[in-house]
Amino acid sequence: MLKTFPKGGVHPEENKFTSSKAIKRMSAPKVVYVPIAQHIGIPSEIVVDRKDKVEIGQVVAKSGGFVSSNIHSPVAGTVTKLDMMVDTSGYKKQCIVIRTDQKNEANFEEPNFPLKKEITMNQKDILQHIKDSGIVGLGGATFPSHVKLDLKNDNHVDCLIINGVECEPYLTADHRLMLEKADEIIVGIQILMHALHIHEAVIGIENNKKDAVAVLKKAAKDDSRIKVAALKVKYPQGSEKQLIKAILKREVPKGGLPMDVGVIVHNVGTIFAIYQAVQYDQPLIERVVTVTGKKIENASNFWVKIGTPIKDLVEEVGGLPEGTRKIVNGGPMMGKAIKNTDVPVTKGTSGILVIDEEEASRQEAKNCIRCGQCVFVCPMGLEPHLLMNLSEKGLYERAASEDVMTCIECGSCSYVCPSHRPLLDYIRFGKSIVKKLNTAKN
Amino acid sequence: MILSVIYSAILLSSIGMTAAIILFIVSKKFYVYEDPKITEVEDILPAANCAGCGSPGCRAFAEKLVHTEDISELFCPVGGNEVMKEVAKILGKEVAEKDPTVAVLRCQGSCDMRPKTTLYQGPRTCAISAMVYGGETECQYGCLGDGDCVEVCDFDAMYMDEESGLPVIITDKCTSCGACVKACPRDIIEMRPKNKRDLKIFVGCLNEDKGGIAKRSCDVACIGCSKCVDVCPKGAITMNNNLAYIDPVACALCRKCVEVCPTHSIIETNFPPKKVKKPTEEKPKAAKLEVEKVAVVKANVESEKPKTDA
Repeated sequence: MLKTFPKGGVHPEENKFTSSKAIKRMSAPKVVYVPIAQHIGIPSEIVVDRKDKVEIGQVVAKSGGFVSSNIHSPVAGTVTKLDMMVDTSGYKKQCIVIRTDQKNEANFEEPNFPLKKEITMNQKDILQHIKDSGIVGLGGATFPSHVKLDLKNDNHVDCLIINGVECEPYLTADHRLMLEKADEIIVGIQILMHALHIHEAVIGIENNKKDAVAVLKKAAKDDSRIKVAALKVKYPQGSEKQLIKAILKREVPKGGLPMDVGVIVHNVGTIFAIYQAVQYDQPLIERVVTVTGKKIENASNFWVKIGTPIKDLVEEVGGLPEGTRKIVNGGPMMGKAIKNTDVPVTKGTSGILVIDEEEASRQEAKNCIRCGQCVFVCPMGLEPHLLMNLSEKGLYERAASEDVMTCIECGSCSYVCPSHRPLLDYIRFGKSIVKKLNTAKN
Repeated sequence: MILSVIYSAILLSSIGMTAAIILFIVSKKFYVYEDPKITEVEDILPAANCAGCGSPGCRAFAEKLVHTEDISELFCPVGGNEVMKEVAKILGKEVAEKDPTVAVLRCQGSCDMRPKTTLYQGPRTCAISAMVYGGETECQYGCLGDGDCVEVCDFDAMYMDEESGLPVIITDKCTSCGACVKACPRDIIEMRPKNKRDLKIFVGCLNEDKGGIAKRSCDVACIGCSKCVDVCPKGAITMNNNLAYIDPVACALCRKCVEVCPTHSIIETNFPPKKVKKPTEEKPKAAKLEVEKVAVVKANVESEKPKTDA
């Protein structure tokens, strides 16, 4: 019997069309648009000016506080302007526009980093490197990694969990990365274990990626501290709290962090970025993005430079098919529709999903029939129908007492609702108001 | 037979007496003194319970008025100066006189002016769509058109114009309670002073983008050209982040800025029509739209003779 989290969850159609497609490298785009708010927390501060020449990996915006991150230039070229651009949030945000220098060969070289197993750096240097390299959680939440690794003395962490679950349908970026960079990921895990003095690590992978489980087991066979756990396929297993519960049967307390139960969770993409940063001093300037959709023929996985406009990616797979209605940044469950294809790829873009007219339209919301499906599937044990009603009626304090803030916004409730009620829309709205009220109170 | 009638009469009346005594004692014992002025003040207040004053309802406001020493900060926007004067008479306290204000919509981005570029299918409330993204058009500052302001208006002073997709404020009914201002996630609605004939000049745009981008997203956007700033004789117009703002206090209502605005993003309301000297001059589309909107209000004004322009 495979492990999984006990409460709720759904199993949407997987549609992982691209799991057998090797990650291709996309050539550097002509222009990159680098937003300064690519992570959760304080936006970075721009340190370059117009007409400045920048090199690959040069810091163009430095961390604006503790919960913030450095941003590096993904290409060598010239800063043409500092402009406002619509980013994945749907709003115009400050952006650094860099024109790629077509003559500079560094832009088009394939990076060649042979496997380097030896860990020579000490603990302090490792953490400093992770911080300087602008590494954030690449699973999609984009939480600055150094904050997670900054352990206070009273937090005893005994287990490192590596998130290779990729429970979102369609996406295969982490899957391909695990297959192609298994050895590097194992070294990345060893680096973190060394830096944090942890003696146990578990890689959690859903069982629809049996090849990845096998490859990682093989890569980890020399290190008895690293285990690979195959998990039952269930959404939202990729959520930190659900993953900890599935693997270790520990429950993160309400409003708490994984650290409170002695666990740190990192995505495989983040681990690979950490490996690159520590062993080769490479900042985070590119990531794996799955470009997919039911009507897209050449759907595949790509190494993409941060700041590449999504239209370049779409062109790479043969342009938008006819009848495209929606382009989603991320997976179909938690991803967000983007406003236009000029929106750049950011650190949090794990996939670009093209949806046609038929599937993109939302059905008309009808009355709640009290079937309880939403309660049944909620992985956090909440009552989504109640929370929606409360925030619709403006009863935010009651919503707060019904634990609206513990909602992880996985969208399982909206997915199963037979009346197509916009449950998550309202819950998210309620959360934003409760958050505002809480900050006003403090 | 007669005895049982007497007995029951005595029993009933004694129960009645006992109950009366208990009630009397309780009413004395638990008597709460309440200033009779509170009820008196409450009777004068408009009983709209709109919370425009900041208190939850008229009763609460009356209590606040009676219990606060200095009430010059307190004001009932619905009742206005008349009600506040009467309140002052009852309480013997001084009240501040405030110019009456009225809500104005600082966006002219109707469907014709501001084409839709995206389609939104989520719940149709401004609060939620503002949380999700920048709106169905390219302008992320303008009206979202889902009518949260109309929803909260207790005075039927607003309605959604289906053709333009924008809310319309019926100036006569507006009590300036401020509910719509609070409801709008984009802060499009502003309270501006309402003079005798409700003459107003304001910038009907909040777009802070650079000129070209603003113009591309909306035909009547303020492009930050500063022409109005230069022409204003009173220096009432300031330019911040590519957006002009007309200070209602300093504005002398000369309408020079309206003439020079290349995108017609400055709105004038209730002014008498200008004496057209150039025969071929076409009326700007945007101004026309605004004229139509305020036609209801204008009817009252039109009886007065139009003054010559300043």
